[in-house]
Amino acid sequence: MTYTTIYSTVVGLEVHVQLLTRTKLFCGCVNRFNPTQPNVQTCPVCLGLPGSLPVMNRHAFELALKTGLALNCKIPKLTKWDRKQYYYPDLPKGYQISQYDLPFSSEGWLDIVIEGQASRTRRIGIIRAHLEEDAGKNFHDESGRGGESLVDLNRAGTPLLEIVTKPDINTPAEAHAFLDELKLLLTYLEVSDCNMQEGSLRCDANVNLHIAVNSGTVATPIVEIKNLNSFRGVEQAIEYESRRQFDVWKETGKKLGEVSKETRGWDAERGVTFGQRGKEEASDYRYFPDPDLVPVTIEDSWREQIRAGLIEFPAAKRQRFETAHHLSHYDASVIVAQGRSFADYFERVVAACGDAKQAANWLTQDVLREMKERQLAIETFPISADVLGALLQRIVARKVTVNSGRIVFAALMERSTGSQPAGVEAVDAIIGEKGLAITSGADELAPIIDAVLAANAKIVADVKGGKQQAIGALIGQVMKQTKGADPQVVREILQNRIAAL
Amino acid sequence: MSILEATASQLLDAIASGTSSAVEVTTAFLNQIERHDSTIGAFLHVDRVGALKQAAFVDEKRRTGKPLGKLAGLPIAIKDVVCTRELPTTCGSRILEKFLPPYDAEIIRRLRDADAVILGKTNMDEFAMGSSTENSAFQVTRNPWDPSRTPGGSSGGSAAAVAAGMAPLAIGSDTGGSIRQPAAFCGVVGMKPTYGRVSRYGLVAFASSLDQLGPFASDVAGAASLLEVMAGHDPRDSTSVDRPVPEYSRTLEQPLSGLRIGLAGEHFAEGLDPEVASAVRAAADVYRSLGATIVDVTLPHSKYGVAAYYLIAPSEAASNLARYDGVHYGHRAAKFDGLIDMYATSRGEGFGPEVKRRIMLGNYALSAGYYDAYYLKALKVRRLIRNDFDRAFEACDVLLSPVTPTPAFKVGELVDDPLAMYLSDIYTLGANLAGLPGISLPGGFSKSGLPIGIQLLGPPFAEETLLRAARMFERETPWHTKRPTLQVAS
Repeated sequence: MTYTTIYSTVVGLEVHVQLLTRTKLFCGCVNRFNPTQPNVQTCPVCLGLPGSLPVMNRHAFELALKTGLALNCKIPKLTKWDRKQYYYPDLPKGYQISQYDLPFSSEGWLDIVIEGQASRTRRIGIIRAHLEEDAGKNFHDESGRGGESLVDLNRAGTPLLEIVTKPDINTPAEAHAFLDELKLLLTYLEVSDCNMQEGSLRCDANVNLHIAVNSGTVATPIVEIKNLNSFRGVEQAIEYESRRQFDVWKETGKKLGEVSKETRGWDAERGVTFGQRGKEEASDYRYFPDPDLVPVTIEDSWREQIRAGLIEFPAAKRQRFETAHHLSHYDASVIVAQGRSFADYFERVVAACGDAKQAANWLTQDVLREMKERQLAIETFPISADVLGALLQRIVARKVTVNSGRIVFAALMERSTGSQPAGVEAVDAIIGEKGLAITSGADELAPIIDAVLAANAKIVADVKGGKQQAIGALIGQVMKQTKGADPQVVREILQNRIAAL
Repeated sequence: MSILEATASQLLDAIASGTSSAVEVTTAFLNQIERHDSTIGAFLHVDRVGALKQAAFVDEKRRTGKPLGKLAGLPIAIKDVVCTRELPTTCGSRILEKFLPPYDAEIIRRLRDADAVILGKTNMDEFAMGSSTENSAFQVTRNPWDPSRTPGGSSGGSAAAVAAGMAPLAIGSDTGGSIRQPAAFCGVVGMKPTYGRVSRYGLVAFASSLDQLGPFASDVAGAASLLEVMAGHDPRDSTSVDRPVPEYSRTLEQPLSGLRIGLAGEHFAEGLDPEVASAVRAAADVYRSLGATIVDVTLPHSKYGVAAYYLIAPSEAASNLARYDGVHYGHRAAKFDGLIDMYATSRGEGFGPEVKRRIMLGNYALSAGYYDAYYLKALKVRRLIRNDFDRAFEACDVLLSPVTPTPAFKVGELVDDPLAMYLSDIYTLGANLAGLPGISLPGGFSKSGLPIGIQLLGPPFAEETLLRAARMFERETPWHTKRPTLQVAS
């Protein structure tokens, strides 16, 4: 028996995203992932040296605002910076500059689509998003022999966005879908590269259960799971934690509020969450407004200027691809999910060939396959959108067959892998060289068709007698004798000729 | 002209005209330090080599006809709370005893640009917390007028250096009166500019929303010249104000006509020494004789000033001093057991008792459950105090008040009574809470021969008015010309 019928899982996510700025949040040091040269991207400000002062990076703030607007958040007229105070060696000032009670955005939402036999849309509430500085990184002696710990402050002071969802997520798949959609949105906005390996996207999950009992429902104590370093890991951890909490509840009957909030780690290797040693005492961050920074006034004009600069979001793009280009939901999702450049590439191909379905087929099959095999990004794909568009245009205009098109595509791939990408003229050149042009002219086909009809009186009679499928053999013979004939054209001519007999 | 008794303006003229060289001037002050600082204890670090090198550079510049900066060749003493590249910056604390900043504070950059000569770093109460310079971890500074007395604090080293003729100019920082109170105790001019007038970049923070750097000089003109160089917008300090800096030294001699001087009843409170009170009243008479009108104003919330100040300043200090954890720089305990103990032991060894007291006060006030009752309430009081001043400045141009309740007290007299020590800031900390400019200038002497200061306060960015008003008084009185007689150590 599964218990999912008698409890529901309740999940809220806290997502930390590093912003794609040139410099850090409060100083001019470069913001770059650089694990091999520790402590080179530092200055008195991010080292927290005595006397140094922070100055807000306006670009970072604008990226944050962009995100807040994209997440449908309320943007207040005034926001401020607070100090979150705690001691840790990777935090050189002994406090983190963050936002406490007046974050730059709150009360938003993000719609996600849960794929399945019946796809459904769910709206996940966003409690708040705030901006803060990241800490550095500590490196401890893993051997357990008590060697020295080291601190790298390259990351200290880089801009970090914290996005907190409402506990609106009810399944591991929903959590995964939310993170996919959020990542897609943030990469579309060019706010973050969301690279989990480099730590530019990190996720914690708050999980508990609502269990149906005779008297109604009871909630289990909330557990925060940390160290989730992949979307798959988030899914697995929630899955595991739900079962674990149910088991614990059956054993102890402990409810929300009866024990303090627990923090657990996620062991991806063993696939289990594990209790982390409780902190020495409950932490009191002693938040207060940072007197070194002035509050940020967000004028309507500034906010609207940012809003006006927003590009089309992934959800809107999917919708448009489905309605304007008549793509299936699946094709639209696949294309949009590849990122903004891929979707732009798609639209340029459509513009050049005039057939969105054809373009979608080629992109989701041939182009994606080549990208995967050759480990290419769309930006470095050897066939430009114009060239692919020209090729597809020839197919749409029945100048080459789809099969011939694949031959041209392969030739273009070969020809373009060097430093010189092929131009549009290469399409017709290859078609010519390989003699792939459809000889659609009835004049050229006429003698061949005459000969085939004459040599196959029995089949002609069958067709005439109503065995329509027999015409395939005739088409095959004509095709064999021509090089690039359009089978559709051949079929038409044959049908007309037989009907006229 | 005796170099040691000359004013900053006279020295500037002498160097510019070639009557004296920068090296001669610098050498004279260095020698004075050598002769007297073993009794006074004003300096924590004297940069003899660096100062003479810079002085020679200025002389060379003059010889070759290159344009000279506004403070060319003038030696300046710097409170040890200001970061100086490769020069010790201890803040009077063990925890920074061996700290060498890799960078210059913005005001040091400005001083160097103006061709000033950095003489050295002066003693102070640890992290600027104190009113007597007795909280320094390294030495006691003595009042040049009476070595049994304190020079005030926390910028006691800078004030004593100027009073003892060991530097013509000095820099201090003022969080609750730390420039004005020692200026008054030592009989020199000291000014706290409007919050945001001078960049705090490189000023080691005590209480960020109250700290402001300012000048010490033997006369108002010296303070004006130094402030002119220090002031100005700095994009590296978000609280620095982008507003043009008037040429204070140029307008200084112009008296203000129709000047309205405000006197607040709250500034003549219980505990005010009668000699100080009569010096302030005498100053009012001087202004009246110069055509000013005296108006009575009221600052009803000033009585909550000390309480609000001693919540806000320690709260910010507790946070600002969290960075001294022994991890990245500064003192680290030799023996400890684990990370938490490394923090505790390093800080326990590195900080003195007054700093620890304020860190505890501040962390208490910011703790969950107490924030609203203490810190937030103090911020509201702060706003009311500012409103009081705004209203008062509708009726008057400057406020005239005492600087301190008493003249300089004895070394050791208040060390065991922190509350009494805190109350010595009662007339000065209002300007910090309200972000206003204030100047302390010599206003007389007690019967026992100790200097008495008077204070002028103005609305935001009224530095020019304050300096001109101060100069009006100075021109009519002899107090700023008096010099202490120094005992030469045997």
